[in-house]
Amino acid sequence: MSSLTPDFSKPSPRALLGYYRGQFAAALGFNLAYRGMVALWVLGAIMQPLVLIVVWQTVSEGRDSGMTAGQYAAYFMVSMIVSHMTFIWHMWEFEWRIRSGYFSPLLLRPVHPIHHDICENLSYKLVGLMGIIPAAVLMALIFGADFSGASWRSMVAFAPALLLAMALRFVVEWCLALAAFWMTKVASLNQLFDAFFLFLGGQFAPISVMPDWIQTLSFALPFRWSIYFPIQVALGDITGRDLWIGYGMQLLWIGLAIGILQLMWKRAVANYSAVGA
Amino acid sequence: MHAFTVVRTYIRLGLLNFVQYRADFFLGVVNAAVQFATQLLAIMIVFNQTESLGGWSREDLIVLVGVHAIVSGILGMIFSPSIGSFLESIRLGTFDFLLTKPVDAQLLASVQSVAPQSTALIAAGLAIIGYGLHAGAGFPGIGAVLMFVLLLLAGLCMVYSFMLVLASMAFWFVKLDNIMNIFSVMFGNAGTWPITIFPAWLRGMLTFIIPIAFAVTIPAQALTGALMVGNVVLTFALAAVFLTISRLFWRFAIRQYTGASA
Repeated sequence: MSSLTPDFSKPSPRALLGYYRGQFAAALGFNLAYRGMVALWVLGAIMQPLVLIVVWQTVSEGRDSGMTAGQYAAYFMVSMIVSHMTFIWHMWEFEWRIRSGYFSPLLLRPVHPIHHDICENLSYKLVGLMGIIPAAVLMALIFGADFSGASWRSMVAFAPALLLAMALRFVVEWCLALAAFWMTKVASLNQLFDAFFLFLGGQFAPISVMPDWIQTLSFALPFRWSIYFPIQVALGDITGRDLWIGYGMQLLWIGLAIGILQLMWKRAVANYSAVGA
Repeated sequence: MHAFTVVRTYIRLGLLNFVQYRADFFLGVVNAAVQFATQLLAIMIVFNQTESLGGWSREDLIVLVGVHAIVSGILGMIFSPSIGSFLESIRLGTFDFLLTKPVDAQLLASVQSVAPQSTALIAAGLAIIGYGLHAGAGFPGIGAVLMFVLLLLAGLCMVYSFMLVLASMAFWFVKLDNIMNIFSVMFGNAGTWPITIFPAWLRGMLTFIIPIAFAVTIPAQALTGALMVGNVVLTFALAAVFLTISRLFWRFAIRQYTGASA
């Protein structure tokens, strides 16, 4: 089989740039054409933070300590944006790609399939923002979000934190997607990862209100750095030295995940024999 | 009862299919375990911060999560896979074949695929309810249990009708498989919390939430002893209305349908 393994020895940067231009335009066209579908997904993405604002605002009623209702609203509003910007669905698609044989033509292209997925992913996020941003504004107004900690400084710090988080979650979950090469059904594994993002990433609640063991564990794993850290930076809860430690952790995990990705990819492709072969 | 025989046959076929793919059952169990661990952890985190969530105790919420599991187990066993196949058949054009069969098309579209692995979820839901009642409100009498079953059935009728109306739109829009995903996201998120904590305007805005409330919150209240008579009457009345409307809408949609090649 190994002689049939496509040669992914690096294409020239110029060729890759051309590929990105064309592929991104095509993916953007696709998402704009199916904007109804994108709108439905965005509606789904709004639901979780919306429900959680209601739950946590109910918790904060009649309590003097802890976070206020306005702080919860701000937290989940930013969380919605960060979750949308870091969202990736390919681990759900790989099973189908492999089972239906759709992976074979992707493998035959002279470019690594990850570039195709990056274009697809970025164009979805861009089109989806047209729904997420108005929803975020409405959410902030209706639930009385409190942004007293945020400033232009925190916004400037937020931009790299968000970009790094996007890269980090994409690489980590693309690694996860590769598991489909060895397992025929990956839904349970994907669900488990969703739960990690929910609790260790801070999508369910600010990690500061979670039990100690989750707080401690979250520092050592990539989930916190893909969701919770950018939210905290945007809200102005993290400054100075901690900010640099956060960026460092993001970079560290991106490096680690890319290493794992390359290792897994080599084995996955060698292991792959198309359906029917 | 020809219709009954049809339903029974499909369920038997589903079981036979399932015996062929036993690993699927194991995966069903793992999925159910992950889902419960997630929901129970969520409850634990919330109740670390408070003693009561809009009047619901920790144990009441555990009962609610169990009821949610039973409802999603039943949906996942019959209606979701069947309506999924129905949407697929509209897109592929094979629905025309189903229409020519001498049985009511709505019935066939609603029970054509059965996925017995979801029984794992139902069984786990029952266990969770048992634990929640044991630790909290105590076990209710036989009357309350009977009421629970009736309300659950009424709630299921409403959710089913709602899914059917959504799915019927496929006669016009063709590619609609996403809408069921959205429904399950809504059901997974809103369904695990008592609907009473949502502000009235939000309940009004999210019509998705209405069938969810009646399928999960109200039956759970029957078990925890927080049920109000008005809600019982409303549930049965709404179930009848939902069933009628969805039936009429289905028939209207099918009359508009011109077939795959037309």
